[in-house]
Amino acid sequence: MSHDAVAERATDAAAAKTRTPNAKPVPFRGGGFRHRPHAAVSALVFIAVIVFWEVGCRTGFISSIALAPPSQAFGAIMDLVHTGMLWKHLGLSLYRLIAGWTLGTLLGIGVGILIGLFSLVRAGLMPLVSALFPIPKIALLPLFVVWFGIGEGSKVATILFGTFFPTVIATYSGIDSVDRNLIRMGQSFELSWLSIVRKIIIPGALPSILSGFRISAAIAIVLLVAAEMIGAQYGIGAYILTAGAEFAIDKLIAGVALLSVIGLAIAWLIGRAEKHLLDWRT
Amino acid sequence: MELSIENVGHDYGDTQVLRDISFTVKRGEIVCIIGPSGCGKSTLLRFIGGLERPGMGQVLAAGEPPAGSLNPLTYIFQDFALLPWRSVEGNISLVLEDHGIGAKERRAIIADVLARTKLSEFGKALPRQLSGGMKQRVAIARALSVRPAVMLMDEPLSALDSQTRELLMDDLIELWTRERFSACYVTHNLAEAVRLGHKIVVLSRRPGRIIEVVEIDIPLKERANRIVELDHMQRQVWSIVREEARQADRELTHVA
Repeated sequence: MSHDAVAERATDAAAAKTRTPNAKPVPFRGGGFRHRPHAAVSALVFIAVIVFWEVGCRTGFISSIALAPPSQAFGAIMDLVHTGMLWKHLGLSLYRLIAGWTLGTLLGIGVGILIGLFSLVRAGLMPLVSALFPIPKIALLPLFVVWFGIGEGSKVATILFGTFFPTVIATYSGIDSVDRNLIRMGQSFELSWLSIVRKIIIPGALPSILSGFRISAAIAIVLLVAAEMIGAQYGIGAYILTAGAEFAIDKLIAGVALLSVIGLAIAWLIGRAEKHLLDWRT
Repeated sequence: MELSIENVGHDYGDTQVLRDISFTVKRGEIVCIIGPSGCGKSTLLRFIGGLERPGMGQVLAAGEPPAGSLNPLTYIFQDFALLPWRSVEGNISLVLEDHGIGAKERRAIIADVLARTKLSEFGKALPRQLSGGMKQRVAIARALSVRPAVMLMDEPLSALDSQTRELLMDDLIELWTRERFSACYVTHNLAEAVRLGHKIVVLSRRPGRIIEVVEIDIPLKERANRIVELDHMQRQVWSIVREEARQADRELTHVA
């Protein structure tokens, strides 16, 4: 190592000798436009916002009519824990979310695969999907109440329909984007049709399907809260609505915080799934 | 097995792509097809392997493929066509799984072809971890695993840098010397054609017709050491295609 360093200095000196006088180093113009990781900053900002909020509420800088301090919201969550109501609200909400999202996703992937593979199905269903996708599904809730009853059925159905369409679109566009050369390769080795679908097309569409999960999960949470606000006794949406009606801002914030935690947990789960299933990507 | 291409021609809509193509691929013979870009040489290769149907003429296979051949006409693609989510072994396994071969025998075949292409230590690697040259070696191993009668190679070295190309050409020559496979080798690279071809089919610009078939009778193994003769050959072929290539370069494109 030191020998190398000496040799390098010697060649530096040699280079200096042959150099034209008053030669200057070329100025550096690259750099910038690139993100570097700052792990501590996000935590710091988060804590700073909470502290500012708490201090603002206590000093009266933030009016108690406008906002409750985080400590009170935390107290409201602890109340929920102690009375056992947390599990009732959270359990029902999670049940609706999981049932609706799972059914919607399974059906969506199924229909998406059919649209992706068969031009007859595509011709028949694509206009229907395009027409129904942009409807805010919450507008159909009254209809779902008539069809599936005022109970869990209508809420699950709302979430199911809400997640179905984005999943269909993510699935068939994923299939459309599978490298045609890979399919041609499969044919050239005389793979069966089923093998080509199972081993080439579906794995190839998986990245798009998984990114569709992120969208459908976000839609599912929005629809969950909306459906629970319209017609439910228990559930986080109902809890937030009651809190609003009672003007209990601490409870309201506690409910919203719970939703945020659910959203983060889902994003984390999808992130794990992507890491596990798509580890072949660069 | 021998292939004969008889009066093959094709149109895409109003555009004539190929006209009156006839030649044969004999056993143990490498036939190179060269021509300017857009002359339909890759299309021709797809006709030969049955991936597309020609509008005119036909492709005939005569004689039995070698015993145990799972896929007599086997392609090697320019972009390697490896599944990125499968390891090297998994990619080779893919083309064996549909042939009712037991897991044990499959493992044996995979180990054998990896050894023949000097890839044994890379069996568990994913394609993204491999260089372009290594990916094409995997594709060659995959092709060997189905015991092809004729290899259909569509610009197999065109996506590689020139040094890797030299290495792979040596590998191909070594492989041919051992296994005497037949091949149809599409390329736009004259140096590859004169190094690997027993016969060079020179196509014109679109619509592609055969201008000339050049036979080279220098044994493949000796070619690396007879550069002067080879260079002479290459110049001769270049003089045939030069004007065509110049004209093709100045044409507006109509087909993608």
